Amino acid sequence: MRLLRKRNLLFLQKMIKEVFMNSIDCALYIENLTVSFDGFKAVDEVNIYVKKGSVHVVIGPNGAGKTTLLDLICGKTKPTAGSIQFDKHELTTMHEQEIVQVGVGRKFQTPSIYPALTVFQNLEVSYPKGRGVWGALSFKRDQAVIDRIHEISEMVYLSDKLQTRGELLSHGQKQWLEIGMLLIADLQMILLDEPVAGMSVHERKQTAELIKIISKNRSVLVIEHDMNFVREIAHRVNVMHQGRVIAEGSMETVERNEKVIEVYLGH
Amino acid sequence: MKIFGDEDRSRILSFTILAVLLLVVFPLVFDIFRLNLVAKYLSLAFAAVGLVVCWGYCGILSLGQGIFWGLGGYCLAAFLKLEAAKSIALEAGTDQIKALTTVGLPDFMDWNQITELPYVWYPFKSFPLTMLCIFLVPTVIAYIIGAAIFKRRISGVYFAIITQAMCWIMEILFVTRQGWTGGINGVTDLRTCLGWDIRTQLAQYLLYFLTAILLLAVIVLCQKVLSSKLGQLMIAIRDMEDRVRFSGYDVSNFKIFAFCFSAVISAIGGAMFVLNVGFMSPKLVTIGPSIYMVIFCALGGRHSLIGAVYGTLIVCFGRTFFSEQYPELWMFIMGGIFVIITVACPKGLAGLIEDYGRQSMAFLRNNLKCNKLRPHGKKKIQART
Repeated sequence: MRLLRKRNLLFLQKMIKEVFMNSIDCALYIENLTVSFDGFKAVDEVNIYVKKGSVHVVIGPNGAGKTTLLDLICGKTKPTAGSIQFDKHELTTMHEQEIVQVGVGRKFQTPSIYPALTVFQNLEVSYPKGRGVWGALSFKRDQAVIDRIHEISEMVYLSDKLQTRGELLSHGQKQWLEIGMLLIADLQMILLDEPVAGMSVHERKQTAELIKIISKNRSVLVIEHDMNFVREIAHRVNVMHQGRVIAEGSMETVERNEKVIEVYLGH
Repeated sequence: MKIFGDEDRSRILSFTILAVLLLVVFPLVFDIFRLNLVAKYLSLAFAAVGLVVCWGYCGILSLGQGIFWGLGGYCLAAFLKLEAAKSIALEAGTDQIKALTTVGLPDFMDWNQITELPYVWYPFKSFPLTMLCIFLVPTVIAYIIGAAIFKRRISGVYFAIITQAMCWIMEILFVTRQGWTGGINGVTDLRTCLGWDIRTQLAQYLLYFLTAILLLAVIVLCQKVLSSKLGQLMIAIRDMEDRVRFSGYDVSNFKIFAFCFSAVISAIGGAMFVLNVGFMSPKLVTIGPSIYMVIFCALGGRHSLIGAVYGTLIVCFGRTFFSEQYPELWMFIMGGIFVIITVACPKGLAGLIEDYGRQSMAFLRNNLKCNKLRPHGKKKIQART
């Protein structure tokens, strides 16, 4: 009897998955993703589907496993079980640089830019050409590269800072520069880990605008704590708690979810 | 774009000053004995320049540059030794006492009862093959070490310790395989290169110029590499390795390249040393000299190719001067310099000059009003630790 039920369940799961895959054009499929560190399950059977051209936000209290989730997607951590698929590539078996090369890039929580290089050079280094040793040696700064750098720097509000060294930028500008570095790399899927942390109200607005623009022709997965910001940008929200997804849907439905209010939003 | 121009101009200026110093001033001021000493120092400067690339720019601290410097030297020494052995055999002719028991073999092989040339010495019979070996042997060894270590993502101090151990392994290997390498004495009594006597005064003059020009050429080559995208990537890897990896680059390949590149440069220096000094010994390639190379680089400024040359000259002249005057004090002075440099100005002499140069340039500009006042002209670039 139990076996039958289990089989039924599996069948149902498979059907749901198929329906999902066919009806909705998804960019990223995360299925049954689990990682355990010495028995502690930081991410526990997580299923997330990110639609193409949408902004998907993951929220949750500290220690919910959000950053670990990004680590798993971009290959920094290898999962114990489960699969992550992007554009028919199984990301869990790939190296970090290969994952970027198929089009998935990530911004870190603390802004990671190259402090000794200028904004221009920061963007140039991220340009998706000359990724091998010999390619980098023979890389030419042609007009296409320069134009692209100017275009991106305008998008991320840094066009007047091109000759400034990275370390001299403000915190918010560093965040933008790192987003710019992802944009210039021509990625189809961008993962942003707390993009507005440490930003002023005005900068947050600008960042929200920026995310709206960049999500037009690519998918964005964001981890964020700022609810107002999430409300503004999110098409779909997942709430994580203790490594599990406890709610999913639009921001309105999630906000009304009792469990979510209890563990995260409430009080 | 203007800042680039300034940087290029100051680089060209300091390069010209160095070239004039090496090619005009030194030959005019020094006698042949001192000039030969300078040539010896300059051949060490190759290793320091290599370290600027791999340590200063790519952040790989190698305490084993002596290995590659030595390999380059040993390769050329082997070729010269075979030539010397041949000429000894010719001179001796049928004279049984003068002639060695095995004709055409290096003397130390004979002393070790080796009667046939070991197969590893075969390439050194031919000059083109020897030249190839000077480049290939260090590259291959550096590639093997680099691939084994960087692919496993070992870096920083662990890498430094491993390279130091490699140095010791190399010394032990070369000392114990006496019949093949000349043991603790090394390869000595080198006479001619392609029939040209390298011990005459004229030869020493010419070799000095050859060394200086090669060093300048290597600096230009390094500058070319460092100003390409590859050079920017090296800086990026040094400061933010993860960001580079998550921008789609295989970081280990770039580190291996930097390490191999600096190994080849060091090897050229080792070969020039053999030509200038006329011998090679395991004492020159072990841990001590390798650490000296790091000190040259740190004193001159590890972000400055040209600074590395000055660093080498200053330390080496200091060593010669002090060890002639106060031999027992030298080690303390050396240690003191290293500590003071790393604590007080981590960018070395080049960093000091750069900072003061920038300030005085800005000062001049503001006072003479020969140029438009630039808002950030006076800003001192912060020393990064």
